[in-house]
Amino acid sequence: MQSNKLGWLFLAPTILVLFLFGVLPFIYVLWVSFHQWNPFAANPNMIFNWADNYRAVVFDAQFLASLGATVAFVFFAVVTEVIIGYFLAQAFMGDFPGKAFFRTIHTLPLIVAPIIVGSVWKLMTTPSIGIIPHLLDNWFGLNLNIGTSALAAFTVTVVMDVWHWTPLVTLTLIAALVSLPADPFEQAQIDGAGPRQIFWHITLPMIAPALVATVFIRLMDALRTVDEVLMLTGGGPGSATRYVGVHIFKEVFPRTNYGYGSAISVIVLYLTIVVCWMLYTGLLAPRKGKEG
Amino acid sequence: MRKKSPWIYVPFWIVISFLTLFPIYWLFVISVKPAVDLFTTPDILLTSFYWDNYTEVLNDRLLRSYMVNSLIISSGNAVLCTTLGFFACYALSRFNMSGKESIFFWTITNRMAPPAVFLLPLFLLMTQVYRFGDFTLLDTRIGMILVYCTFNLPFAIWTLRPTVDGIPRELDEAAYVDGASPWKVITEVVFPLCRPGLAVTLILTWVFAWNEYLLAATLTNFNARTLTTGLSEYVTTTGTEWGIMAAISIFTLIPALIVFGMVQKHIVAGLTFGAVKG
Repeated sequence: MQSNKLGWLFLAPTILVLFLFGVLPFIYVLWVSFHQWNPFAANPNMIFNWADNYRAVVFDAQFLASLGATVAFVFFAVVTEVIIGYFLAQAFMGDFPGKAFFRTIHTLPLIVAPIIVGSVWKLMTTPSIGIIPHLLDNWFGLNLNIGTSALAAFTVTVVMDVWHWTPLVTLTLIAALVSLPADPFEQAQIDGAGPRQIFWHITLPMIAPALVATVFIRLMDALRTVDEVLMLTGGGPGSATRYVGVHIFKEVFPRTNYGYGSAISVIVLYLTIVVCWMLYTGLLAPRKGKEG
Repeated sequence: MRKKSPWIYVPFWIVISFLTLFPIYWLFVISVKPAVDLFTTPDILLTSFYWDNYTEVLNDRLLRSYMVNSLIISSGNAVLCTTLGFFACYALSRFNMSGKESIFFWTITNRMAPPAVFLLPLFLLMTQVYRFGDFTLLDTRIGMILVYCTFNLPFAIWTLRPTVDGIPRELDEAAYVDGASPWKVITEVVFPLCRPGLAVTLILTWVFAWNEYLLAATLTNFNARTLTTGLSEYVTTTGTEWGIMAAISIFTLIPALIVFGMVQKHIVAGLTFGAVKG
């Protein structure tokens, strides 16, 4: 085996780039988060105020509401994506005419920029000019108004996220399913196991690592969603879809509340890392260790 | 597994494809409508085509330069991230450095940062710290290529790791026994075997960079502006130029579509996010 110096040499450029553009900005954000700083306030200077920002964040009803909405959004979006993604991946395992064609079509949403996704869903769902409220009203007599109904706005953001990101889940799960060995399935069928037993006792445990990794990436990205939701609802109506990414954006941009926005970011980043670390160590790392 | 006629799946896939394609179709519908028609009762089928939005976009020289910027930035970033990610994964996979798993996890934490608040420090660093005489990184293509590494490089490392891990070490060792240098082993033994994974990483990082908006909107003003920011100029400054915005969107889709189509067959083989054994 080569000396570890060579390994560090190969890692060095990565560490350098991520340090310059990831760690240094983070240290700056951390530093700002301990200051009261709003360049357009009566006193535009940075004033060191210890943990006042953090204390304010913890008791900020708007932030807590936003965190709650985010958890609901991430939960419904990711769970739906995983369920639909699994069934589509399983369906892609069979052979049928035009499979490659349908798979290509199914991956198309992935290449649409989030800001475009937000725009087109806004145009499709805006009351009176959007096609979806129009059809729902014509066919089912339903009234979908994302401008006034919090539930409607929430649902549309979830549906939009599901539309945009289910293909990623499907692709990952296809990759996992393709690589499964056939023996355990044949053995289980010989032993007379039903489809449900096979799913719970064989398929699920075997694809669990891929499933967790997918949830991990989706969770991370859904938590920091900004462009799509900002474009679609602007966080409204009221603050129904003001997810943490959007909340931070609004604190930092229109209100230029840098100190406060930084404190929220640090807390959100910390929570994300903790959740992902638990998922990673609890479900992925042990398996890696076993395989050497 | 039960045997069914393969044709019974086709109607199901047609319905799924319809649902998948509808928003993209709708984008096209908006792009071929004059502005006034957008505020009438919507009709699901197209009856007439209005191409003026497209002529306007094609005649806009500014947008053409944005397109060039987008192509250079996303291609440069994808190549950089895939190359650095490949070497990093080789190091993580083949060497027993202490703390390497922590470094592996640390890389992905860079992708978790809420982007909005990091705009200000990046702006300050790029104007005041990373400067060489009069040259600053702000509003340059190379600056954007480096900034996009914060979310794409971790992604590249996490996508490539299982691919590199999956290449048997015995192959490296046999080459070393034959007297090959580490460089030769990497470029002539490991690299060719990683091609599917590298293709997928290249393509996904390319798409993420191509579609990025928030960072580009803040860290560029003219010279390095990208197509997505050009898009937002029509959305925000003049209120609602939806037709032109949709036409630009269609233009942003085409290169992504071409690039994506080229590697369709590799995509399933390479996309496993550190989870599936190679």
